[in-house]
Amino acid sequence: MKNKYSIFSLIKNALSNHENWQRAWRDPEPKKEYDAIIVGGGGHGLATAYYLAKKHGMTNIAVVEKGWIGGGNTGRNTTIIRSNYLWDASAGLYDHALKIWENLSQELNYNVMFSQRGVMNLAHNLQDVRDLKRRTHANRLNGIDAVWLNTEEVKKFCPIINTSPNIRYPVLGGTLQRRAGTARHDAVAWGYARGADAMGVDIIQNCEVKGIKRNGDRVEGIETNKGFIKTKKIGVVAAGHSSVIANMAGIKLPLESKPLQALVSEPVKPIIDTVVMSNAVHAYVSQSDKGELVIGAGTDAYISYTQRGSHDVIEGTLKAILELYPIFSRMKMLRQWGGIVDICPDASPIISKTNIKGLYFNCGWGTGGFKATPGSGDLFAHTIANDEPHKLNAAFNLNRFVSGDLVDEHGAAAVAH
Amino acid sequence: MFIINCPYCGERDQSEFSCGGEAHIERPKQPTELSDDQWAEYLFMRKNIKGIQFERWNHAHGCRKWFNVVRDTSNDKIHAVYKMGERPPLK
Repeated sequence: MKNKYSIFSLIKNALSNHENWQRAWRDPEPKKEYDAIIVGGGGHGLATAYYLAKKHGMTNIAVVEKGWIGGGNTGRNTTIIRSNYLWDASAGLYDHALKIWENLSQELNYNVMFSQRGVMNLAHNLQDVRDLKRRTHANRLNGIDAVWLNTEEVKKFCPIINTSPNIRYPVLGGTLQRRAGTARHDAVAWGYARGADAMGVDIIQNCEVKGIKRNGDRVEGIETNKGFIKTKKIGVVAAGHSSVIANMAGIKLPLESKPLQALVSEPVKPIIDTVVMSNAVHAYVSQSDKGELVIGAGTDAYISYTQRGSHDVIEGTLKAILELYPIFSRMKMLRQWGGIVDICPDASPIISKTNIKGLYFNCGWGTGGFKATPGSGDLFAHTIANDEPHKLNAAFNLNRFVSGDLVDEHGAAAVAH
Repeated sequence: MFIINCPYCGERDQSEFSCGGEAHIERPKQPTELSDDQWAEYLFMRKNIKGIQFERWNHAHGCRKWFNVVRDTSNDKIHAVYKMGERPPLK
């Protein structure tokens, strides 16, 4: 094990001007062969490797990443974590993740800055009210904390919201999940990378997959810009680029990749101590520990891999933000960016085997994958190690698009698509 | 964000249009004779190409007509626009 991070290691390194910190993970060259290879070094991929090593004893494995770890959607999301999904299967999946989040910093010995500041979802019309109330009841039946707040209670919980009945989309109430919140997204990738590396997992950055070698109906390895690497098991966690990898293996996925945007403002003093989301007007906002407002916008309505996004999308989001929070009217926006999200027809993810032996996909998280990072990694590791899904991800198989057993979570996915 | 040359109205901002996804997916002639796998293939499975893609667009806030576009999804550059029923340009 690497040096443990603690108050003592902090003091010790402060005395030497922080010049002697150990590398958090190695920078190895790929071996000729691994027992398993994870394609994609984001949070989900690194978590998968971590749990493969920790729970299933598979330490002769590698994570290959075409850029740098955590540089994709892991570093581009709005860091919201919640589990208030409608259906039993989703509730099980997302709450499994939330339970891991609650102890993750201790487990990884790495501060992921998980902050259970609550997530509030607003209702702006009668249908919203009905849907959100129904979801609150469903959540509670599944043991997930959720409460319904009327307009006054919303105002009390977050005083800067404009609850005037005279705005275009008045606030008619909302749901609150108090266990929900945010975490520091980069720290999640780094913490899992450090933990996996300590158990012997090779994290290979700047290593792009160029092809998947198949022998009949089983995989034999991957072609990369660093040469051929042999393996019997490939776990693909490539988010927006899942279809690109699937294409290399000769299969198709039910995904469409679209740019999803977010933006942050200049840093200001604490003004909003929770996360507020509104599906109907498409605006969600929280405040980072640095003081920036973190604002999530929508997806472009067409397939694109440009990681930019259209201006009219953020314009629409900011209009909604200004109506709901007039206090922000003179804030300046500092940065805007886009990430490519892979969207499933039912707005639920795929954590599944495929028809090709040894090829597994963890994809389709669409606009809301960050919250599930630890659970997704845990369940995908189980699926790869046992060649069978865990009962919590059994419903999220690829075959549901053939059988028709879809897990329709369009209502609970924050971003309408 | 880009500009689309509607074959009926000329160049307009993309925000006037809505995208209908992958083009040239033919509706099965005998749906009742398809297996579940074939039906899933038709209904859900997409190429989702990074690169040159053939897709359908509708000028929703204009003439409301459908047409096809050849666009590079890696940089949003449009290579060709052609009307419904016309043969797709090769390359």
